[in-house]
Amino acid sequence: MQYLLMIYGDEAAMAAVTEAEGGKMLAAYGAYAEAMGKAGVLQGGNRLRPTSASTTVRIANGKTTVLDGPYIETKEQLGGYFLIDVPDLDAALSWAERCPGASTGVIEVRPIWTM
Amino acid sequence: MTAARLTAEAVARDSYGKLIAWLVARTGDLAGAEDALSDAFAAALAEWPEAGVPDNPRAWLATVARRKQLDQLRRRRTRRDAAGHLALLANEFDTARAGPADIPDERLALMFVCAHPAIDAAVRAPLMLRTVLGLDAASIASAFLIAPATMGQRLVRAQTRIKVTGIPFRVPEPEELPDRLEAVLDAIYAAFAAGWTDPGGTEVRRRDLAVEAIWLGRLVVSLLPAAPEALGLLALMLYAEARRATRRGAAGEYVPLAEQDPKAWDQTMIGEAETLLHRAGAMGMAGRFQLEAAIQSAHVVRRLTGRSDWVAIERLYAALEAVTDSPVVTINRAIAVAETRGVEAGLAVLGSVAGDKRVLEYQPYWAALAGLLARAGAVSASDDAYRRAIGLEPDPAVRQFLTAKRAGLKGINPPASS
Repeated sequence: MQYLLMIYGDEAAMAAVTEAEGGKMLAAYGAYAEAMGKAGVLQGGNRLRPTSASTTVRIANGKTTVLDGPYIETKEQLGGYFLIDVPDLDAALSWAERCPGASTGVIEVRPIWTM
Repeated sequence: MTAARLTAEAVARDSYGKLIAWLVARTGDLAGAEDALSDAFAAALAEWPEAGVPDNPRAWLATVARRKQLDQLRRRRTRRDAAGHLALLANEFDTARAGPADIPDERLALMFVCAHPAIDAAVRAPLMLRTVLGLDAASIASAFLIAPATMGQRLVRAQTRIKVTGIPFRVPEPEELPDRLEAVLDAIYAAFAAGWTDPGGTEVRRRDLAVEAIWLGRLVVSLLPAAPEALGLLALMLYAEARRATRRGAAGEYVPLAEQDPKAWDQTMIGEAETLLHRAGAMGMAGRFQLEAAIQSAHVVRRLTGRSDWVAIERLYAALEAVTDSPVVTINRAIAVAETRGVEAGLAVLGSVAGDKRVLEYQPYWAALAGLLARAGAVSASDDAYRRAIGLEPDPAVRQFLTAKRAGLKGINPPASS
């Protein structure tokens, strides 16, 4: 089954990290992604720019509205994701647990809806 | 009642969970397995009276249910990955045609599915009763004091969740087993408690639930004989069940543990509980259920010695306090301390939870406080505490008991008006 691991974290705290800390975090994500790749479960993944770079679009009454900023303003925002293919939820949860973001924020695990 | 119906009911009682586990093992579709099995039971009731009851009714039901499952898969195949499903169909079809000589017992895996951490803790016990024992939503709803329609929705939602989130059908690996087993045992205990809280034993469904929970406890023990907490839970439930009949007097009045007649306790059940607890203790891994069972053991020793072993009870509650962080445990320890070291010492322990918001609406806290204050001669304060306890108690028999205790204070000294 395919699952999306969505990494939520505090953007302000993320922006405030020192260069050394940021380097360590990147290295941890690098090792994590490599481990998933070697295990043959990694299908894709990316880091997202902060919500200050977000733009939302919606059409209401035939009129398109474009707004700067995220859909919902919250302290913890989606900062990145991994798409993995594993046998079941337990396997997905054990990968989520190993994600560096799990110790600084929250990982939401959602199954992909196969059509 | 016909022989066909009797046989079908007997198979349902003994094998419902086994059949469901076998059906769900490869599809992961709990709701589908239930539908298939209920279709198979319907077919049995239609065919057996005419054709006669088959030699192996369980295998007959398994084969028919498997065929119903194949029909489900065929209907659904169109919208999904066709190749994968065709392979599965071929596989399933071989099994169905061969017919199961005897189906393997995979109920343990089924219980782990029901108590998976991704399932809402409140629905785990109902789900287990539904899935492993085949109880209907209405019976479960009445035991958990929930509207049948609401319970039905919760069960369906949980079953859907198992399927779409991909919760695996397997017994967890040894390193994750202790945590995962705790969730299974908690769910069984919740089912037992739902049956136990009908102290009058007037509602047959709820009383039955305690019996069903003990049955589930036995099942886990038989499938995981080396798990000490599973033994502890079964022992705990048996100690409690052994005293069920003595919790009420002839006129339905509430009888506290200290005033129950030990001769009326079920000695066979207590004997079995003692053996189980001893076995668990020999494994050298204490846990919450073993500690609670040991406390029961120290209470029922009264049937031999005439007195509860309060020194052991105090020590066991202290150990339990360290693993649970529950003010309920502290309240019980305070009662034990009052027995071993005097009322003032007991009141001091009770005072340590007085600021805890969780006890403000907890009847046993106020009843314990009232009892100890009365023994310390603080009649007016005791009277206040009894009033709080009475106001919080939903069971009329217990209310009556507390009211009588409160009235008894007048014998000590007239209480301040309140």
